[in-house]
Amino acid sequence: MDMLKGIRAIVRKDLTAELRTKELLSSMAIFAVLTIIVFVFAFDPTKAIVRQVFPGMVWVCFIFAGILGLNRSFVSEKQNDCITGLMLCPVDRSVIYFSKMTVNLIYMGIVEIVSLPLFTVLFNYQIPVKAISPLVLIIFLGTLGFAAVGTFLAALSSNARSSEILLPVILFPVMVPVILGAVQATAAILAGSPAVEWFSWLKILTAFDAIFLVVPLVLFEYILEV
Amino acid sequence: MTVQNNIPAKWKYHNVLAWATFVTTAVAVYLVFMWVPNERIQGPVSKIIYFHVSSAWLAFFSFFVVMVGSIAYLKTRNLKWDIISYVSAEIGVLFTTIVLVTGPIWGRASWNAWWTWDSRLTTTLILWFIYIAYLIIRSSFPEEEKKARFSAIFGIVGFVDVPIVWMSIRWWRTIHPTIVTSGGFAMDPSMVLTLMVSLAAFTLMYFYLLQKGIFVEKISSEVALLKQRLTEN
Repeated sequence: MDMLKGIRAIVRKDLTAELRTKELLSSMAIFAVLTIIVFVFAFDPTKAIVRQVFPGMVWVCFIFAGILGLNRSFVSEKQNDCITGLMLCPVDRSVIYFSKMTVNLIYMGIVEIVSLPLFTVLFNYQIPVKAISPLVLIIFLGTLGFAAVGTFLAALSSNARSSEILLPVILFPVMVPVILGAVQATAAILAGSPAVEWFSWLKILTAFDAIFLVVPLVLFEYILEV
Repeated sequence: MTVQNNIPAKWKYHNVLAWATFVTTAVAVYLVFMWVPNERIQGPVSKIIYFHVSSAWLAFFSFFVVMVGSIAYLKTRNLKWDIISYVSAEIGVLFTTIVLVTGPIWGRASWNAWWTWDSRLTTTLILWFIYIAYLIIRSSFPEEEKKARFSAIFGIVGFVDVPIVWMSIRWWRTIHPTIVTSGGFAMDPSMVLTLMVSLAAFTLMYFYLLQKGIFVEKISSEVALLKQRLTEN
């Protein structure tokens, strides 16, 4: 119960700070839209091949926009040594991790809600109505995995001087299963394949999410050490 | 002014290990190039398998050592474990590179393609990237303690990730049509023997390189200490 209270308090603190400046969310959203525009110019939307690479483009856009948010999530706490204040909170260290992860999940969710409709409009891509609910599930699981491992490694890299460069380099190889699973499952769902075809990807994503929500529980206290 | 120095001594069994490595490697090279018959279909190029498989085994083994060393470091906070993980990761990256170089040479000859996105090849490539990331983490933290702690955390995360990467890539490849089926390399007893000897040679070489690397690390930290003392005076 205390844990939930702590998470809610830190999430509210982060969201309040973000709502006052709006610097992160706006740049994430603009960046996502710009990525779509770049894709439009790079792959001619009138060609049929675009339909095949559509799931990949969507995830590349989500992940690149997500990296922006991850980079800020702990670096912003470094200013005025806010991280020490956060660590002095009478909560377990894992509460800080789960709050930051939730915040990243919210930011990415907002970016996805903005950019996915834009994708369908600008690429003239029709998502079948019955594909929407499994699609939402897969996007949620993929984003959760990305945020889980991303927040953890962002906390690690935020201690380095060149953290913006370090994070993608250490994050991308670790999250290969998420990219692979999310893109393949999205492709299968959008193609209208039966559930059997993407069910194994669903399992991989769930397993990845579970593992990388448990690993920080054990290891996060070693990152936030004085 | 005299500065007291204590140069780290060589490991007690250094010479024994060095000679054992030298002899086994020489025997392995002899067996591979002079003794063992060629594989019937592939010809001489099939000999690369002895070094390819041994390097792959060594790479996985050293990454396992990285994980063990990382856990031990976080538990004990003894820098000895950090040095072991670091040296082991360096050796692992080196041998993964050898695997990634010898693989395509063999693949070109037997599959007629330098590279296929086969599950083993892809997993090895990702493994290489993960441990390159480990080394990059080490070079981004100048402070001894932070370097040790953060790289230990990543050493554990990276190793935990490998089975999931392997599973996901295997599923990815079974959904698509596969050009190359794994296995199908029937081995003659003489080939098995040669492979075993070269595995032993590579394993001994790993331990030789490991203790050499640890020695170098110790000396360099000693040098850093001396430099610090000199500037203080």
